[in-house]
Amino acid sequence: MGKRSFITIGPYHPLLEEPEFFKLYCDGETVKEVVWEAGYNHRGIEKISESKTFEQVIFLVERICGICSTSHPFAYVNALESIPGVDVPLRARYIRSIIGELERVHSHLLWVGLAGHFLGYNTVFMWAWKYREPILDMFEIITGNRNNYAMFTIGGVRRDIDEGQISLLAKVLDDLRPKADLIKGAVMDDPVIHARTKGVGVLTREDILEFNAVGPTARASGVDIDVRRDDPYAAYDLVDWKVITAQGGDVFAKAEVRILEMYESISIIRQCLDGLKKIKKGEIRAKVKEIPAGIGLGRHEAPRGEVFHFVKTDGSNSPVRHKIRAPSYVNIPTFRRSCVGQSISDAAISLAAVDPCYCCTERAISVYDEASGRKTFSGKDLVRLSQEKTEKLKKGM
Amino acid sequence: MSMDPKTLLADMKSRFPDALVEYQSLREKRILMRIKKDALTAIAAFLFKDRGLRFIIASALDLEGGWEIIYHFSHDPSGLIVNLSVVLERDTPQVESLVSVFEGAEWIEREMYELFGIKFLHHPNLEKFLLPENWKAGQFPLRRDFPKERENS
Repeated sequence: MGKRSFITIGPYHPLLEEPEFFKLYCDGETVKEVVWEAGYNHRGIEKISESKTFEQVIFLVERICGICSTSHPFAYVNALESIPGVDVPLRARYIRSIIGELERVHSHLLWVGLAGHFLGYNTVFMWAWKYREPILDMFEIITGNRNNYAMFTIGGVRRDIDEGQISLLAKVLDDLRPKADLIKGAVMDDPVIHARTKGVGVLTREDILEFNAVGPTARASGVDIDVRRDDPYAAYDLVDWKVITAQGGDVFAKAEVRILEMYESISIIRQCLDGLKKIKKGEIRAKVKEIPAGIGLGRHEAPRGEVFHFVKTDGSNSPVRHKIRAPSYVNIPTFRRSCVGQSISDAAISLAAVDPCYCCTERAISVYDEASGRKTFSGKDLVRLSQEKTEKLKKGM
Repeated sequence: MSMDPKTLLADMKSRFPDALVEYQSLREKRILMRIKKDALTAIAAFLFKDRGLRFIIASALDLEGGWEIIYHFSHDPSGLIVNLSVVLERDTPQVESLVSVFEGAEWIEREMYELFGIKFLHHPNLEKFLLPENWKAGQFPLRRDFPKERENS
């Protein structure tokens, strides 16, 4: 073994914008070994959960991820509802699936944009993020927030989607369709993207199984798994859709899977909207009196793969133990196969191909003018501005 | 290919006649099997390699009188979740590592080692993972006796 040089990605990587640390041990240009150090963002949520009530935990786990913020509440309520066996009203089941799929579309658009940016293809970045905005606006209209929607509750959802919102959402989806075609063309037919991503960061079927990877990462290597189909919940067994897989296992295949999945999501939302129209307004939340002692296992297919929640209860009103497994936890370790043996320049996109998720949502408290040192906006002002914007959006619908 | 909990149980009983301590059907498509800890590697290898189950994650629990680790496995074609549970004695929190069966177990075992103080034998790299470098040795935050509120010091 010759001398190896040591290159770091992180902990404050200007592109990844996430507190995560990869050490690349290289021989010349070739990556020989990768070491992952995590914990920069460890917030002890599993411990905090034990001191909260069941209802409070929903809001706690919503804050695990800033991008797919509804994934964790989704899996958590699935886990908790399974203990007494709650019968969630049909309307709430449709709404749950709509929220879950809207989130998948905006999360995949975010990834496509970032991947384009990684590769120096900023047009894709601009497009993807621009066309993601109407979806976030839609979230704001339905839930009052662009992110951290607080839609889920034990037994159902907290807000209904009314007639006006249904037709507006249908229009947003109509508008999105041609944009998705545009992005699909820009990524899948572009010779530079082909050259840059095909054969890069390849994960074989065996690699996926060895690391138990999930989501688009697994499906791009021909592993046909998707919790929405395999272990249905919410309204996923009431609508017609298909699981997208690819065989390449490289970065291109992962992009392909994500882009095609957006079309499936759009179709699922449309069918759920039709379902909502058919049923009368009414119950969106089943009454859950108490959660008996037991073990709850819940999962949800988040944009990045299966989210898994294990909740143990003892008949009191808070979890005794709450284990949370985010998809990136099993997807990130695949770097051992995808990066090793490749050149350094391919490492960044190979690491990013699993769409590693890190919570980087920070909250502004007040805004100061640097020149004068005066406070121009207080936290209250920011909340007021935000509420005014939501009202304006709602009026414009 | 479907997987019926009853067939799986019968299979387990014939292959590992002494290992199964308790069988529980939690609800539809969710089962829990408490097994002897010496049989853990063999049973995990059987589920993973022979029956094609996917390892989801493992959850460690502080039982006051002992320790429990629940290994969650998923059989994706049928949506079945198989929970393998081992109970460890309070004074000797250690069990065989599953890294020899699937590499993906490496990080979760490091996490349980760090947060619960459970040792995984024959683990290739049982080192600090999530907690800060200056974390006091012997302090395991997910144990029951670790305070929930941070002291104001």
